[in-house]
Amino acid sequence: MHTFTLAELAKKLRAKEFSVTELTNSLLGRVAASQPKLNAFITVTESEALARAKTADEAFAAGRAGPLTGLPLAHKDIFCTKGVRTSCGSRMLDNFVSPYDATVVEKLDAAGMVTLGKTNMDEFAMGSSNETSFYGPVRNPWDSKLVPGGSSGGSAAAVAARVAPVATATDTGGSIRQPASLCGVTGIKPTYGRVSRYGMIAFASSLDQGGLISISAEDAAMVLNAMAGFDPRDSTSVDTPVPDYVATLNAPLAGLKIGLIQEFFDKGLSADVEKCIREALSVYEKLGATLIEVKLPSLPLSVPTYYVVAPAECSSNLARFDGVRYGYRCQDPKDLLDLYKRSRGEGFGAEVKRRIMTGTYVLSAGYYDAYYLKAQRVRQLINQDFRRAFGEVDVLMGPTAPDVAFAIGAKSSDPIQMYLNDIYTIGANLAGVPAMSIPCGFARGLPVGLQIAGPHFAEAKLLNVAHAFQKETDWHRRLPDAFAKEML
Amino acid sequence: MSLNRDQINSIAHLARLSLTDAEIPVYQDSLSKIVDLVGQLDAAQTAGIEPMAHPLPGLAQRMRPDVVTEKDQHELYQRNAPQVEAALYLVPKVIE
Repeated sequence: MHTFTLAELAKKLRAKEFSVTELTNSLLGRVAASQPKLNAFITVTESEALARAKTADEAFAAGRAGPLTGLPLAHKDIFCTKGVRTSCGSRMLDNFVSPYDATVVEKLDAAGMVTLGKTNMDEFAMGSSNETSFYGPVRNPWDSKLVPGGSSGGSAAAVAARVAPVATATDTGGSIRQPASLCGVTGIKPTYGRVSRYGMIAFASSLDQGGLISISAEDAAMVLNAMAGFDPRDSTSVDTPVPDYVATLNAPLAGLKIGLIQEFFDKGLSADVEKCIREALSVYEKLGATLIEVKLPSLPLSVPTYYVVAPAECSSNLARFDGVRYGYRCQDPKDLLDLYKRSRGEGFGAEVKRRIMTGTYVLSAGYYDAYYLKAQRVRQLINQDFRRAFGEVDVLMGPTAPDVAFAIGAKSSDPIQMYLNDIYTIGANLAGVPAMSIPCGFARGLPVGLQIAGPHFAEAKLLNVAHAFQKETDWHRRLPDAFAKEML
Repeated sequence: MSLNRDQINSIAHLARLSLTDAEIPVYQDSLSKIVDLVGQLDAAQTAGIEPMAHPLPGLAQRMRPDVVTEKDQHELYQRNAPQVEAALYLVPKVIE
Protein backbone atom coordinates (compact mmCIF):
# COMPACT_ATOMS: atom_id res chain seq x y z
CA MET A 1 0.00 0.00 0.00
CA HIS A 2 3.10 2.24 0.20
CA THR A 3 3.11 3.05 -3.52
CA PHE A 4 -0.33 4.67 -3.54
CA THR A 5 -0.78 8.41 -3.74
CA LEU A 6 -2.84 10.17 -1.11
CA ALA A 7 -5.75 10.42 -3.56
CA GLU A 8 -5.59 6.66 -4.16
CA LEU A 9 -5.29 5.89 -0.45
CA ALA A 10 -8.36 8.05 0.23
CA LYS A 11 -10.40 6.00 -2.28
CA LYS A 12 -9.16 2.68 -0.90
CA LEU A 13 -9.91 3.63 2.69
CA ARG A 14 -13.40 4.67 1.64
CA ALA A 15 -13.83 1.36 -0.22
CA LYS A 16 -12.63 -0.42 2.95
CA GLU A 17 -9.84 -2.25 1.10
CA PHE A 18 -7.83 -1.76 4.29
CA SER A 19 -8.31 0.12 7.54
CA VAL A 20 -6.50 3.25 8.68
CA THR A 21 -4.89 1.16 11.44
CA GLU A 22 -3.56 -1.35 8.89
CA LEU A 23 -2.22 1.47 6.72
CA THR A 24 -0.64 3.24 9.71
CA ASN A 25 1.00 0.04 10.96
CA SER A 26 2.36 -0.70 7.52
CA LEU A 27 3.90 2.76 7.18
CA LEU A 28 5.24 2.79 10.75
CA GLY A 29 7.03 -0.44 9.79
CA ARG A 30 8.54 1.31 6.79
CA VAL A 31 9.55 4.30 8.90
CA ALA A 32 11.42 2.02 11.34
CA ALA A 33 13.02 -0.07 8.58
CA SER A 34 14.11 2.96 6.55
CA GLN A 35 15.59 4.84 9.49
CA PRO A 36 19.07 3.17 9.46
CA LYS A 37 19.23 3.71 5.68
CA LEU A 38 17.84 7.25 5.40
CA ASN A 39 17.74 8.94 8.84
CA ALA A 40 14.69 10.83 7.55
CA PHE A 41 13.03 11.11 10.97
CA ILE A 42 14.07 12.82 14.20
CA THR A 43 11.09 11.59 16.22
CA VAL A 44 8.59 8.83 15.45
CA THR A 45 5.18 9.28 17.11
CA GLU A 46 4.04 5.67 16.97
CA SER A 47 1.57 5.53 19.85
CA GLU A 48 -0.02 8.88 18.94
CA ALA A 49 -0.31 7.71 15.32
CA LEU A 50 -2.03 4.45 16.29
CA ALA A 51 -4.44 6.29 18.59
CA ARG A 52 -5.32 8.73 15.82
CA ALA A 53 -5.67 5.85 13.34
CA LYS A 54 -8.21 4.23 15.67
CA THR A 55 -10.19 7.49 15.84
CA ALA A 56 -10.08 7.71 12.05
CA ASP A 57 -11.32 4.13 11.67
CA GLU A 58 -14.21 5.02 13.98
CA ALA A 59 -14.97 8.06 11.83
CA PHE A 60 -15.12 5.83 8.74
CA ALA A 61 -17.38 3.34 10.55
CA ALA A 62 -19.70 6.14 11.62
CA GLY A 63 -19.76 7.70 8.15
CA ARG A 64 -18.07 10.88 9.43
CA ALA A 65 -14.89 10.66 7.36
CA GLY A 66 -13.74 13.79 5.49
CA PRO A 67 -11.48 13.94 2.42
CA LEU A 68 -8.29 13.64 4.50
CA THR A 69 -9.46 11.37 7.31
CA GLY A 70 -6.96 8.63 8.11
CA LEU A 71 -4.37 9.74 5.58
CA PRO A 72 -0.81 9.51 6.92
CA LEU A 73 1.67 12.37 6.94
CA ALA A 74 4.91 13.49 8.52
CA HIS A 75 5.70 16.96 9.83
CA LYS A 76 8.99 18.70 9.30
CA ASP A 77 10.47 19.13 12.78
CA ILE A 78 10.17 22.92 12.45
CA PHE A 79 6.41 22.77 13.15
CA CYS A 80 5.54 22.78 16.85
CA THR A 81 3.67 19.66 17.98
CA LYS A 82 2.08 19.74 21.41
CA GLY A 83 3.62 17.28 23.84
CA VAL A 84 6.17 16.09 21.28
CA ARG A 85 9.80 17.18 20.94
CA THR A 86 10.20 19.93 18.34
CA SER A 87 13.93 20.21 17.72
CA CYS A 88 14.29 22.19 14.48
CA GLY A 89 17.27 19.93 13.81
CA SER A 90 19.25 21.66 16.55
CA ARG A 91 21.00 20.74 19.78
CA MET A 92 19.52 24.03 21.02
CA LEU A 93 16.01 22.51 21.00
CA ASP A 94 16.92 18.85 21.53
CA ASN A 95 15.11 18.98 24.89
CA PHE A 96 12.21 21.20 23.78
CA VAL A 97 8.75 19.68 24.11
CA SER A 98 6.33 22.08 22.49
CA PRO A 99 3.51 23.26 24.78
CA TYR A 100 1.29 24.03 21.76
CA ASP A 101 0.52 23.00 18.20
CA ALA A 102 1.40 25.03 15.11
CA THR A 103 -1.73 26.12 13.21
CA VAL A 104 -0.73 23.83 10.33
CA VAL A 105 -0.51 20.87 12.72
CA GLU A 106 -3.81 21.79 14.34
CA LYS A 107 -5.56 22.07 10.96
CA LEU A 108 -4.28 18.78 9.57
CA ASP A 109 -5.08 17.04 12.87
CA ALA A 110 -8.59 18.46 12.69
CA ALA A 111 -8.89 17.14 9.14
CA GLY A 112 -8.23 13.66 10.56
CA MET A 113 -4.74 13.08 9.18
CA VAL A 114 -2.43 10.70 11.06
CA THR A 115 1.03 12.05 11.94
CA LEU A 116 3.73 9.36 11.74
CA GLY A 117 6.50 11.53 13.11
CA LYS A 118 8.77 14.53 12.71
CA THR A 119 11.21 14.69 9.82
CA ASN A 120 14.89 15.52 9.88
CA MET A 121 16.05 18.86 8.49
CA ASP A 122 19.00 21.20 8.28
CA GLU A 123 19.47 22.96 11.60
CA PHE A 124 16.93 25.82 11.83
CA ALA A 125 16.28 25.21 8.11
CA MET A 126 19.70 26.63 7.21
CA GLY A 127 21.23 24.42 4.57
CA SER A 128 20.73 22.86 1.16
CA SER A 129 21.91 19.32 1.87
CA ASN A 130 20.53 18.27 5.27
CA GLU A 131 24.10 17.91 6.52
CA THR A 132 23.76 20.64 9.17
CA SER A 133 21.24 18.67 11.25
CA PHE A 134 22.29 17.92 14.85
CA TYR A 135 20.78 14.46 14.24
CA GLY A 136 23.07 13.65 11.33
CA PRO A 137 22.57 13.87 7.58
CA VAL A 138 19.59 12.41 5.73
CA ARG A 139 20.52 10.15 2.83
CA ASN A 140 19.02 10.33 -0.64
CA PRO A 141 16.80 7.27 -1.27
CA TRP A 142 18.08 7.10 -4.88
CA ASP A 143 21.68 6.71 -3.71
CA SER A 144 22.67 6.61 -0.06
CA LYS A 145 26.02 8.30 -0.74
CA LEU A 146 24.19 11.43 -1.90
CA VAL A 147 22.42 14.27 -0.12
CA PRO A 148 18.64 14.58 -0.36
CA GLY A 149 18.88 18.39 -0.60
CA GLY A 150 17.67 20.69 2.12
CA SER A 151 16.55 22.05 4.30
CA SER A 152 13.43 19.82 4.11
CA GLY A 153 15.59 16.78 3.30
CA GLY A 154 13.84 14.43 5.71
CA SER A 155 10.42 15.28 4.29
CA ALA A 156 11.64 14.83 0.70
CA ALA A 157 13.46 11.54 1.43
CA ALA A 158 10.47 10.15 3.37
CA VAL A 159 8.11 10.81 0.45
CA ALA A 160 10.62 9.63 -2.18
CA ALA A 161 11.11 6.33 -0.31
CA ARG A 162 7.31 6.04 0.13
CA VAL A 163 7.73 5.96 3.88
CA ALA A 164 5.14 8.73 4.15
CA PRO A 165 2.88 9.72 1.24
CA VAL A 166 3.07 13.41 2.13
CA ALA A 167 5.06 15.63 4.48
CA THR A 168 4.94 19.25 5.52
CA ALA A 169 7.99 21.36 4.72
CA THR A 170 9.12 24.98 4.72
CA ASP A 171 10.86 27.11 2.13
CA THR A 172 12.93 30.23 2.85
CA GLY A 173 15.25 30.09 -0.18
CA GLY A 174 14.32 26.79 -1.84
CA SER A 175 14.03 24.39 1.09
CA ILE A 176 10.91 22.68 -0.30
CA ARG A 177 11.67 22.79 -4.03
CA GLN A 178 15.38 21.89 -4.06
CA PRO A 179 15.04 18.67 -1.98
CA ALA A 180 11.88 17.79 -3.94
CA SER A 181 13.95 18.11 -7.11
CA LEU A 182 16.90 16.09 -5.78
CA CYS A 183 14.62 13.30 -4.47
CA GLY A 184 12.22 13.10 -7.43
CA VAL A 185 9.06 14.23 -5.64
CA THR A 186 6.54 17.08 -5.90
CA GLY A 187 6.99 20.18 -3.74
CA ILE A 188 4.98 23.36 -3.40
CA LYS A 189 5.95 26.61 -1.72
CA PRO A 190 2.77 28.67 -1.52
CA THR A 191 2.57 32.46 -1.69
CA TYR A 192 4.07 34.34 1.25
CA GLY A 193 1.21 34.67 3.75
CA ARG A 194 -0.95 31.86 2.31
CA VAL A 195 -0.19 29.26 5.00
CA SER A 196 -0.06 30.21 8.67
CA ARG A 197 3.37 30.41 10.26
CA TYR A 198 2.08 30.33 13.83
CA GLY A 199 4.12 27.64 15.55
CA MET A 200 6.54 27.34 12.62
CA ILE A 201 9.96 28.17 14.06
CA ALA A 202 11.14 31.40 12.43
CA PHE A 203 14.30 31.69 10.33
CA ALA A 204 13.89 34.71 8.01
CA SER A 205 10.48 36.26 8.53
CA SER A 206 10.16 38.14 5.24
CA LEU A 207 10.88 34.91 3.30
CA ASP A 208 9.69 31.84 5.28
CA GLN A 209 6.64 29.98 4.02
CA GLY A 210 5.19 26.59 4.93
CA GLY A 211 4.17 24.11 2.26
CA LEU A 212 4.26 20.47 1.27
CA ILE A 213 6.20 17.66 -0.29
CA SER A 214 4.05 14.96 -1.90
CA ILE A 215 4.01 12.28 -4.59
CA SER A 216 1.72 14.23 -6.89
CA ALA A 217 0.27 17.68 -7.48
CA GLU A 218 -3.19 16.23 -6.87
CA ASP A 219 -2.10 15.13 -3.38
CA ALA A 220 -0.62 18.56 -2.70
CA ALA A 221 -3.95 20.16 -3.73
CA MET A 222 -5.88 17.93 -1.32
CA VAL A 223 -3.69 18.80 1.66
CA LEU A 224 -3.27 22.49 0.77
CA ASN A 225 -7.07 22.77 0.85
CA ALA A 226 -6.92 22.05 4.57
CA MET A 227 -3.65 23.81 5.31
CA ALA A 228 -4.05 27.23 3.65
CA GLY A 229 -6.04 30.12 4.99
CA PHE A 230 -6.16 33.12 7.26
CA ASP A 231 -4.89 32.81 10.82
CA PRO A 232 -5.37 35.73 13.21
CA ARG A 233 -2.44 34.35 15.28
CA ASP A 234 0.01 35.03 12.42
CA SER A 235 0.39 38.75 11.70
CA THR A 236 1.68 38.04 8.17
CA SER A 237 -1.21 35.71 7.30
CA VAL A 238 -3.27 37.05 4.41
CA ASP A 239 -7.06 37.24 4.68
CA THR A 240 -8.01 36.11 1.16
CA PRO A 241 -10.39 33.23 0.47
CA VAL A 242 -8.88 29.79 -0.22
CA PRO A 243 -10.15 28.34 -3.50
CA ASP A 244 -10.78 24.59 -3.84
CA TYR A 245 -7.42 23.55 -5.27
CA VAL A 246 -8.74 20.10 -6.25
CA ALA A 247 -11.67 21.49 -8.25
CA THR A 248 -9.48 23.20 -10.87
CA LEU A 249 -6.83 20.47 -11.26
CA ASN A 250 -8.18 19.29 -14.61
CA ALA A 251 -8.70 22.67 -16.29
CA PRO A 252 -7.35 22.52 -19.88
CA LEU A 253 -3.99 24.17 -20.57
CA ALA A 254 -4.80 25.36 -24.11
CA GLY A 255 -3.65 28.95 -24.50
CA LEU A 256 -1.40 28.82 -21.41
CA LYS A 257 1.54 31.18 -21.77
CA ILE A 258 4.73 29.78 -20.23
CA GLY A 259 7.66 32.10 -19.69
CA LEU A 260 11.09 30.50 -19.87
CA ILE A 261 13.45 32.33 -17.55
CA GLN A 262 16.48 32.98 -19.76
CA GLU A 263 18.76 33.65 -16.79
CA PHE A 264 18.15 30.06 -15.59
CA PHE A 265 19.48 28.46 -18.77
CA ASP A 266 22.97 29.72 -18.05
CA LYS A 267 26.39 28.15 -18.04
CA GLY A 268 25.85 26.86 -14.50
CA LEU A 269 23.10 24.47 -15.64
CA SER A 270 24.17 20.87 -16.31
CA ALA A 271 23.60 19.87 -19.93
CA ASP A 272 21.69 16.67 -19.12
CA VAL A 273 19.48 18.49 -16.60
CA GLU A 274 18.72 21.08 -19.28
CA LYS A 275 17.79 18.28 -21.69
CA CYS A 276 15.17 16.94 -19.22
CA ILE A 277 13.76 20.44 -18.74
CA ARG A 278 13.52 21.04 -22.51
CA GLU A 279 11.74 17.69 -22.96
CA ALA A 280 9.26 18.62 -20.20
CA LEU A 281 8.60 21.92 -21.93
CA SER A 282 7.78 20.08 -25.16
CA VAL A 283 5.13 18.10 -23.24
CA TYR A 284 3.51 21.41 -22.35
CA GLU A 285 3.63 22.52 -25.98
CA LYS A 286 1.76 19.34 -26.91
CA LEU A 287 -0.84 20.24 -24.28
CA GLY A 288 -1.49 23.52 -26.08
CA ALA A 289 0.77 25.87 -24.15
CA THR A 290 2.95 28.52 -25.78
CA LEU A 291 6.57 28.98 -24.72
CA ILE A 292 7.82 32.55 -24.51
CA GLU A 293 11.37 33.53 -23.58
CA VAL A 294 11.43 36.10 -20.80
CA LYS A 295 14.26 38.01 -19.18
CA LEU A 296 14.50 38.77 -15.47
CA PRO A 297 17.72 40.80 -15.58
CA SER A 298 18.12 41.34 -11.82
CA LEU A 299 17.52 37.68 -10.94
CA PRO A 300 21.24 36.72 -11.07
CA LEU A 301 21.65 38.96 -7.99
CA SER A 302 19.23 36.85 -5.97
CA VAL A 303 21.92 34.82 -4.15
CA PRO A 304 23.85 37.87 -2.84
CA THR A 305 20.56 39.61 -2.00
CA TYR A 306 19.39 36.58 -0.06
CA TYR A 307 22.67 36.24 1.84
CA VAL A 308 22.14 39.71 3.27
CA VAL A 309 18.39 39.58 3.94
CA ALA A 310 18.13 36.02 5.32
CA PRO A 311 21.10 36.16 7.74
CA ALA A 312 20.01 39.62 8.95
CA GLU A 313 16.55 38.33 9.80
CA CYS A 314 17.96 35.10 11.22
CA SER A 315 20.32 36.94 13.56
CA SER A 316 17.35 38.83 14.92
CA ASN A 317 14.97 35.82 15.13
CA LEU A 318 17.52 33.54 16.77
CA ALA A 319 18.30 36.11 19.45
CA ARG A 320 15.45 34.50 21.39
CA PHE A 321 17.56 31.44 22.16
CA ASP A 322 19.23 32.67 25.30
CA GLY A 323 19.50 29.59 27.53
CA VAL A 324 17.03 31.13 29.98
CA ARG A 325 13.44 30.28 29.07
CA TYR A 326 13.81 27.11 27.01
CA GLY A 327 16.38 25.19 25.06
CA TYR A 328 20.00 24.32 25.73
CA ARG A 329 21.88 25.81 28.67
CA CYS A 330 25.65 25.48 29.14
CA GLN A 331 27.13 23.92 32.29
CA ASP A 332 28.15 26.19 35.20
CA PRO A 333 27.88 29.65 33.65
CA LYS A 334 30.04 32.12 35.55
CA ASP A 335 27.81 35.12 34.82
CA LEU A 336 24.86 36.09 32.62
CA LEU A 337 27.01 37.00 29.61
CA ASP A 338 28.85 33.69 29.85
CA LEU A 339 25.48 31.91 30.05
CA TYR A 340 24.26 33.60 26.84
CA LYS A 341 27.48 33.14 24.92
CA ARG A 342 28.24 29.54 25.81
CA SER A 343 24.62 28.36 25.62
CA ARG A 344 24.43 29.78 22.10
CA GLY A 345 27.99 28.87 21.13
CA GLU A 346 27.49 25.24 22.21
CA GLY A 347 23.79 24.94 21.32
CA PHE A 348 24.04 26.14 17.72
CA GLY A 349 25.91 24.30 14.97
CA ALA A 350 28.54 25.77 12.65
CA GLU A 351 26.25 26.91 9.81
CA VAL A 352 23.70 28.55 12.11
CA LYS A 353 26.49 30.45 13.83
CA ARG A 354 27.83 31.50 10.42
CA ARG A 355 24.45 32.92 9.43
CA ILE A 356 23.91 34.66 12.77
CA MET A 357 27.35 36.29 12.49
CA THR A 358 26.79 37.28 8.84
CA GLY A 359 23.50 38.88 9.87
CA THR A 360 25.05 40.61 12.86
CA TYR A 361 27.79 42.00 10.63
CA VAL A 362 25.50 43.36 7.88
CA LEU A 363 23.23 44.98 10.46
CA SER A 364 26.02 46.43 12.59
CA ALA A 365 26.55 50.20 12.97
CA GLY A 366 27.99 51.75 9.81
CA TYR A 367 27.15 48.81 7.56
CA TYR A 368 23.33 48.83 7.56
CA ASP A 369 22.88 51.09 4.52
CA ALA A 370 25.66 49.47 2.50
CA TYR A 371 24.35 45.96 2.98
CA TYR A 372 20.80 45.62 4.32
CA LEU A 373 19.22 48.66 2.69
CA LYS A 374 21.08 47.98 -0.56
CA ALA A 375 19.87 44.36 -0.54
CA GLN A 376 16.29 45.51 0.06
CA ARG A 377 16.54 47.78 -2.98
CA VAL A 378 17.90 44.98 -5.16
CA ARG A 379 15.12 42.76 -3.80
CA GLN A 380 12.67 45.35 -5.15
CA LEU A 381 14.34 45.14 -8.59
CA ILE A 382 13.96 41.35 -8.55
CA ASN A 383 10.34 41.74 -7.46
CA GLN A 384 9.72 44.15 -10.34
CA ASP A 385 11.25 41.60 -12.75
CA PHE A 386 8.71 39.00 -11.60
CA ARG A 387 5.80 41.44 -11.84
CA ARG A 388 6.81 42.48 -15.34
CA ALA A 389 7.16 38.84 -16.41
CA PHE A 390 3.71 37.94 -15.02
CA GLY A 391 2.29 40.79 -17.09
CA GLU A 392 3.32 38.81 -20.17
CA VAL A 393 2.96 35.15 -19.17
CA ASP A 394 0.78 32.99 -16.88
CA VAL A 395 3.56 30.94 -15.29
CA LEU A 396 7.35 30.89 -15.36
CA MET A 397 9.34 27.69 -15.84
CA GLY A 398 12.92 26.57 -15.56
CA PRO A 399 15.08 24.10 -13.67
CA THR A 400 14.72 23.87 -9.88
CA ALA A 401 18.41 23.15 -9.27
CA PRO A 402 21.49 23.46 -11.47
CA ASP A 403 22.35 19.78 -11.08
CA VAL A 404 21.20 16.45 -9.65
CA ALA A 405 21.98 15.38 -6.06
CA PHE A 406 25.63 15.65 -5.00
CA ALA A 407 27.72 13.51 -2.62
CA ILE A 408 27.48 13.88 1.14
CA GLY A 409 30.49 15.97 2.17
CA ALA A 410 31.17 17.33 -1.33
CA LYS A 411 30.17 20.92 -0.57
CA SER A 412 29.97 21.05 3.22
CA SER A 413 33.34 22.78 3.65
CA ASP A 414 32.60 25.53 1.13
CA PRO A 415 29.54 27.60 2.12
CA ILE A 416 29.52 29.61 -1.12
CA GLN A 417 29.30 26.44 -3.26
CA MET A 418 26.48 25.25 -1.02
CA TYR A 419 24.64 28.59 -1.29
CA LEU A 420 24.77 28.44 -5.09
CA ASN A 421 22.52 25.34 -5.05
CA ASP A 422 19.62 27.68 -4.44
CA ILE A 423 20.43 29.99 -7.33
CA TYR A 424 17.17 29.17 -9.17
CA THR A 425 14.85 28.98 -6.15
CA ILE A 426 15.64 32.08 -4.10
CA GLY A 427 13.95 34.54 -6.50
CA ALA A 428 10.46 33.23 -5.69
CA ASN A 429 11.07 33.78 -1.96
CA LEU A 430 12.37 37.31 -2.49
CA ALA A 431 9.26 38.17 -4.56
CA GLY A 432 6.95 36.10 -2.31
CA VAL A 433 5.42 34.26 -5.27
CA PRO A 434 4.27 30.62 -5.17
CA ALA A 435 6.47 28.03 -6.85
CA MET A 436 6.61 24.26 -7.30
CA SER A 437 9.08 21.59 -8.29
CA ILE A 438 7.85 18.47 -10.09
CA PRO A 439 9.82 15.42 -11.25
CA CYS A 440 10.50 15.63 -14.99
CA GLY A 441 13.10 12.98 -15.77
CA PHE A 442 16.47 11.57 -14.80
CA ALA A 443 20.04 12.61 -15.49
CA ARG A 444 22.81 10.13 -14.65
CA GLY A 445 20.09 7.97 -13.05
CA LEU A 446 19.05 10.72 -10.62
CA PRO A 447 15.86 12.76 -10.53
CA VAL A 448 15.53 16.20 -12.11
CA GLY A 449 12.92 18.77 -11.08
CA LEU A 450 11.04 21.26 -13.23
CA GLN A 451 10.28 24.52 -11.45
CA ILE A 452 6.97 26.32 -12.04
CA ALA A 453 6.31 29.76 -10.53
CA GLY A 454 3.19 31.90 -10.69
CA PRO A 455 1.90 35.29 -9.55
CA HIS A 456 0.84 35.85 -5.93
CA PHE A 457 -1.98 33.49 -4.88
CA ALA A 458 -1.86 31.49 -8.14
CA GLU A 459 -1.47 28.14 -6.33
CA ALA A 460 -4.55 26.73 -8.10
CA LYS A 461 -3.00 27.52 -11.48
CA LEU A 462 0.36 25.99 -10.52
CA LEU A 463 -1.28 22.80 -9.27
CA ASN A 464 -3.39 22.61 -12.43
CA VAL A 465 -0.31 23.05 -14.63
CA ALA A 466 1.65 20.45 -12.61
CA HIS A 467 -1.24 17.97 -12.61
CA ALA A 468 -1.62 18.24 -16.39
CA PHE A 469 2.05 17.21 -16.76
CA GLN A 470 1.64 14.34 -14.29
CA LYS A 471 -1.31 12.98 -16.29
CA GLU A 472 0.96 12.80 -19.35
CA THR A 473 4.09 11.42 -17.66
CA ASP A 474 4.97 8.96 -14.92
CA TRP A 475 8.18 10.50 -13.55
CA HIS A 476 6.40 11.25 -10.27
CA ARG A 477 5.43 7.58 -9.87
CA ARG A 478 9.00 6.28 -10.11
CA LEU A 479 10.52 5.11 -6.86
CA PRO A 480 13.99 3.94 -5.95
CA ASP A 481 14.57 0.16 -6.25
CA ALA A 482 15.80 -0.07 -2.66
CA PHE A 483 12.36 1.07 -1.44
CA ALA A 484 10.13 -0.61 -3.99
CA LYS A 485 9.13 -3.60 -1.85
CA GLU A 486 6.36 -3.28 0.73
CA MET A 487 8.48 -4.85 3.49
CA LEU A 488 11.83 -3.08 3.75
CA MET B 1 37.55 41.81 1.55
CA SER B 2 39.16 39.98 4.40
CA LEU B 3 37.91 40.07 7.99
CA ASN B 4 40.55 39.85 10.71
CA ARG B 5 40.52 37.94 13.99
CA ASP B 6 39.45 40.99 16.02
CA GLN B 7 36.52 41.64 13.71
CA ILE B 8 35.32 38.03 14.07
CA ASN B 9 35.64 38.27 17.86
CA SER B 10 33.73 41.53 17.87
CA ILE B 11 30.91 40.12 15.66
CA ALA B 12 30.72 37.01 17.84
CA HIS B 13 30.47 39.20 20.95
CA LEU B 14 27.67 41.29 19.43
CA ALA B 15 25.88 38.04 18.48
CA ARG B 16 26.46 36.61 21.99
CA LEU B 17 28.27 33.56 20.66
CA SER B 18 31.30 31.98 22.27
CA LEU B 19 33.79 30.70 19.69
CA THR B 20 36.64 28.28 20.22
CA ASP B 21 40.11 29.22 19.00
CA ALA B 22 39.74 26.65 16.25
CA GLU B 23 36.49 28.21 15.00
CA ILE B 24 37.87 31.73 14.53
CA PRO B 25 39.98 31.13 11.38
CA VAL B 26 37.14 29.07 9.86
CA TYR B 27 34.71 31.98 10.25
CA GLN B 28 37.36 34.48 9.16
CA ASP B 29 37.63 32.59 5.90
CA SER B 30 33.96 31.92 5.25
CA LEU B 31 32.60 35.30 6.38
CA SER B 32 35.19 37.04 4.18
CA LYS B 33 33.95 34.98 1.22
CA ILE B 34 30.32 35.81 2.04
CA VAL B 35 31.15 39.52 2.26
CA ASP B 36 32.76 39.22 -1.18
CA LEU B 37 29.68 37.43 -2.51
CA VAL B 38 27.27 40.08 -1.25
CA GLY B 39 29.65 42.72 -2.59
CA GLN B 40 28.19 41.88 -6.03
CA LEU B 41 25.23 44.05 -5.00
CA ASP B 42 27.39 47.18 -5.27
CA ALA B 43 27.16 46.98 -9.05
CA ALA B 44 23.33 47.16 -9.08
CA GLN B 45 21.78 50.49 -10.04
CA THR B 46 19.34 51.18 -7.21
CA ALA B 47 19.01 54.99 -7.21
CA GLY B 48 15.38 55.91 -6.54
CA ILE B 49 14.35 52.30 -5.85
CA GLU B 50 12.16 51.83 -2.81
CA PRO B 51 13.62 49.22 -0.38
CA MET B 52 11.42 46.13 -0.13
CA ALA B 53 10.99 44.89 3.44
CA HIS B 54 8.49 42.10 2.77
CA PRO B 55 6.81 40.56 -0.26
CA LEU B 56 3.26 41.84 0.19
CA PRO B 57 3.34 45.62 -0.10
CA GLY B 58 0.04 47.34 0.46
CA LEU B 59 -0.90 44.97 3.23
CA ALA B 60 -0.77 46.85 6.50
CA GLN B 61 -0.03 45.13 9.78
CA ARG B 62 -3.32 44.18 11.37
CA MET B 63 -4.30 45.36 14.82
CA ARG B 64 -6.35 43.27 17.21
CA PRO B 65 -8.54 44.36 20.10
CA ASP B 66 -6.46 44.86 23.24
CA VAL B 67 -8.07 42.06 25.23
CA VAL B 68 -6.68 39.04 27.04
CA THR B 69 -6.87 35.97 24.82
CA GLU B 70 -4.36 33.67 26.53
CA LYS B 71 -4.99 31.78 29.72
CA ASP B 72 -2.29 31.45 32.36
CA GLN B 73 -0.24 28.37 31.48
CA HIS B 74 3.10 29.36 33.00
CA GLU B 75 3.62 25.94 34.59
CA LEU B 76 3.27 24.26 31.21
CA TYR B 77 5.55 26.78 29.51
CA GLN B 78 8.17 26.68 32.24
CA ARG B 79 8.54 22.92 31.94
CA ASN B 80 10.98 23.70 29.11
CA ALA B 81 13.05 26.10 31.20
CA PRO B 82 16.53 25.03 32.34
CA GLN B 83 16.02 26.43 35.86
CA VAL B 84 12.86 27.74 37.52
CA GLU B 85 12.01 28.63 41.09
CA ALA B 86 8.69 30.02 42.37
CA ALA B 87 7.59 30.55 38.75
CA LEU B 88 10.69 32.66 38.07
CA TYR B 89 13.42 31.88 35.54
CA LEU B 90 16.77 31.59 37.27
CA VAL B 91 19.99 33.03 35.86
CA PRO B 92 23.43 33.63 37.42
CA LYS B 93 23.53 36.53 39.85
CA VAL B 94 23.38 39.88 38.01
CA ILE B 95 23.47 42.39 40.87
CA GLU B 96 26.03 42.02 43.65
